[in-house]
Amino acid sequence: MNLTTALRQRLRRDVVLDDMLPDELPAYVHSYVYLFGIATIASLVFVILSGIVLAAAGPTWWHVSSVGHFLNSVHFWSVQTFFFFLVLHLWTTFFQGAWRDGRGATWAVGMLCFLIGIGTAFTGYISQQNFDAQWIAEQGKDAMNAIGIGAFFNVLDFGQMYGFHIVILPVIVSALVGLHLLLVRRLGVVRPYPTQAEEVNP
Amino acid sequence: MSSRQSAYYRGITMAPYDLIKEGLIAIAVVGVLVFGLAGVLSSPDVPPLTVQHVATTAPLTFLQTALGELDGTDSINNYGPPYNRGTGSVQSLGPVSLQRLAGVHIPINTAQDMVLGPLRDVARMEPSVAAALQIFGHASTTQQGAWEAAYGTALARARVQGTAVQLPAGGYGPVAPMLTGLLTLGRSGLLEPAIDNSPRIYSTDNTRSILFLQATALPAAAASSHLVGSQWGMMNETGNYPGQAWLWLYTLGYQIPAYASSPNADALVMASIAVLSLLLILVPWIPGLNRLPRLLGVYRLIWRDYYRERAALAPVPPAPQPLVIPGGRP
Repeated sequence: MNLTTALRQRLRRDVVLDDMLPDELPAYVHSYVYLFGIATIASLVFVILSGIVLAAAGPTWWHVSSVGHFLNSVHFWSVQTFFFFLVLHLWTTFFQGAWRDGRGATWAVGMLCFLIGIGTAFTGYISQQNFDAQWIAEQGKDAMNAIGIGAFFNVLDFGQMYGFHIVILPVIVSALVGLHLLLVRRLGVVRPYPTQAEEVNP
Repeated sequence: MSSRQSAYYRGITMAPYDLIKEGLIAIAVVGVLVFGLAGVLSSPDVPPLTVQHVATTAPLTFLQTALGELDGTDSINNYGPPYNRGTGSVQSLGPVSLQRLAGVHIPINTAQDMVLGPLRDVARMEPSVAAALQIFGHASTTQQGAWEAAYGTALARARVQGTAVQLPAGGYGPVAPMLTGLLTLGRSGLLEPAIDNSPRIYSTDNTRSILFLQATALPAAAASSHLVGSQWGMMNETGNYPGQAWLWLYTLGYQIPAYASSPNADALVMASIAVLSLLLILVPWIPGLNRLPRLLGVYRLIWRDYYRERAALAPVPPAPQPLVIPGGRP
């Protein structure tokens, strides 16, 4: 079997529309706890949309334009809400043991979204071209240099950090979020832990 | 729903759900939230600290920094990789130094890049600087060191009168006109491009000019804004805005005395974060850790309605029959 045929068959098996957009879900999903994930993605939508406008106008625009500054504020606060909801989502899924029943990859990909998201935000902070950017870059350089990364990932180089922030890392985060969603929908949300009686008589 | 999911949810009460509707509502609610926060609270944008600002408002700090770059006493001059082959800031984890293994990729010679190079630009327009540079360049290293030391002594007793820096007399030779020329360049706002751009026209790399400022002026400005490492450093933001709160664990590392006092503090903190991140990713496959949520029991609160419903649906055990003793009372 060649690679493309295997891929087609795999997609046909794993990407079932009824699983991707189901008409019904377990009743216990009707809970505020299950909204943190979608709120994280909604925040990401605003991070990306405001980021696109800021990138299109150039890195200095928001310093001299009131409209630009407002859009930067939208970008800033949507990053804050992104991490706020993401951390709530992370903790609640941890307490649910959401990796059970073959969902380990879903958890691992979600954690990668979190960690690379931190890197994306970090490069954003040092791409601001203001005092915060200067200071965070100056502080961050020693940590990067100490583990040998600084030679190739120079936090004092605005051009390199801006490229990482607006293209490389967002593409990776978006792809990982897409994969995370695909995995969540493919297997569905995890069942609650069995009760004592269910453990005795499964 | 696929047969796989149908089998998985057997025995679970299902309810109608519209993911698209949920997504649109989430976008609307979060949109109101972030636009509201942006409109009411705005966002921080403190202008960058410039060499021009330092040269104008704190000329003695500027000259002290410039002298440090020239005589090599600034920490960057002996920093080590990726800037040079120094050893002052080389860190290692046990016997391994990833920093040294990575090598020198951003070569920096503070005297040439931050002082002598920019001064050669000034020399084209300022004959006194050109003459001073020529004298300095033709002198022995020992003589240069003697002039620099004498200038440092004089600078410690210098006074600022208006915009002029008045140095007491001393044997500092050409170093005084050289650094006065650099101060003039700094005040004009042209020192940063001279440090960063040469020999390129287009530059988006501020490495050298930020390293120039990091000697004294930048840490002083950060300390006044409560942003230094002992104040939870880069996790904070200027003003009263939330910073990178998600870096709390990383910043916490620098508050641990054993780490903070180590010459390998950065390497230790980064290695610890790497290990913890790996543990977090691999939680599902780590025995014991993957059963922690079950032991903590917070899931009972999250799924309380489910368990309540489960308990209500559970078959009621038959009531115990009254014991009837023949001939006795019922």
